[in-house]
Amino acid sequence: MHKVEKNIHEIVGEVQDGATILVGGFGLCGIPELAIEAIRQKGIKDLTVVSNNCGVDDWGLGLLLANKQIKKMIASYVGENKTFEQQFLSGELEVELTPQGTLAERIRAGGAGIPAFYTATGVGTLIAEGKPVKEFDGKEYIEERAIVGDYAFVKAWKADKLGNLVYRKTARNFNPIIATAGKITIAEVEEIVEVGELNPDEIHTPAVFVQHVILGEGYEKKIEKRTLKVEEAIG
Amino acid sequence: MSVKERIVKRAVKEIGNGMNVNLGIGMPTLVANEIPSDYQVLLQSENGLLGIGPYPDESEVDPDLINAGKETVTAVPGASFFDSAESFAMIRGGHIDVAILGGMEVSEKGDLANWMIPGKMVKGMGGAMDLVQGAKRVIVIMEHVSKYGESKIKKECTLPLTGKKVVHRLITELAVFDFTEKGMVLIELASGVSIEDIREKTEADFLVSENLIKYA
Repeated sequence: MHKVEKNIHEIVGEVQDGATILVGGFGLCGIPELAIEAIRQKGIKDLTVVSNNCGVDDWGLGLLLANKQIKKMIASYVGENKTFEQQFLSGELEVELTPQGTLAERIRAGGAGIPAFYTATGVGTLIAEGKPVKEFDGKEYIEERAIVGDYAFVKAWKADKLGNLVYRKTARNFNPIIATAGKITIAEVEEIVEVGELNPDEIHTPAVFVQHVILGEGYEKKIEKRTLKVEEAIG
Repeated sequence: MSVKERIVKRAVKEIGNGMNVNLGIGMPTLVANEIPSDYQVLLQSENGLLGIGPYPDESEVDPDLINAGKETVTAVPGASFFDSAESFAMIRGGHIDVAILGGMEVSEKGDLANWMIPGKMVKGMGGAMDLVQGAKRVIVIMEHVSKYGESKIKKECTLPLTGKKVVHRLITELAVFDFTEKGMVLIELASGVSIEDIREKTEADFLVSENLIKYA
């Protein structure tokens, strides 16, 4: 079945206040720009957002934060955002900090039908508080629960009309696992090709995980830290 | 040599030819510049790249190609891209030979604190907690004392931990310590530094190796 949709606003219009949404990207790299803007325009409130970061003040998920649409954020690093700090300190925003690998595995597990798993990450730290501990082969591990979302928004490079996805370079990041963990997954892409044009050996996300494909135009792809080669050595 | 240079030049000796290495954000990133050019080393970036190359020139800048510090980078020949779950399978599964990370405090038991200062805005731990548990060797590099002159090498960490008993080796501008079953052991001294200097500037208790060596 072809899954290409014309209008991101129609799909986003189905998202209810209070929904849990998973959002791909690392920093500003590989974020679903169109979906974030559509959610902002629609004004959906009280969202629980699962994403590695929370954008910057004026871009990415920072836009939803500035618009006070996020009730709870599950992320591994949120240090690039002043609005975040203000809302967190005032108690408006609930935050669940999760180690990056644990976050990735919680999402992967969610998409793979595994309700929980054990990891050594966070043992003996604040992260372990309240979590069941189990010993395997003489080493301690903590239990971590899977994450699934009502909606998953991902950004890919190319899709075919069935929803098979290919990502580009490090814009892949959390996107493939997030695509597996949404009850409804919406992929926005830079190019849509005919069925059969993608090499099956090179597909990162098989079509089964994707419900809707949107062709995006005019991606800004903002760069957080434009760092260039310098001639001199350190010091 | 600046303090930073001294630490970085010592730290690069932890990297052997053929290793897969993760360098943390900040001072550890500088270690990359010192890796001998004839070494085949693959640098891992948590966001999904094995084989980080130099920073790009203007024409090479690609918003889809960044490192874990969100800086634009390039990829070396032989590099690979992967998703975040696979990236941390690499880390947690013990496939990374060495992780070199910055530190705020290290305890004599090898506990590390490097992600949070109570009372200040919490930014998050990113991948640090996974790295300290998963990498085969965890090397911490940091200045020996804080800007207030206090020892950053503690009997017990005062800051929230990133990991408990996770540090294998600690490198400062003054000394190198290993963490062993017997405790923390001073194994190297920077040139011009005495054991007494170290005792004075180190809150933690430590043993002195019989094979204590000096480095430049």
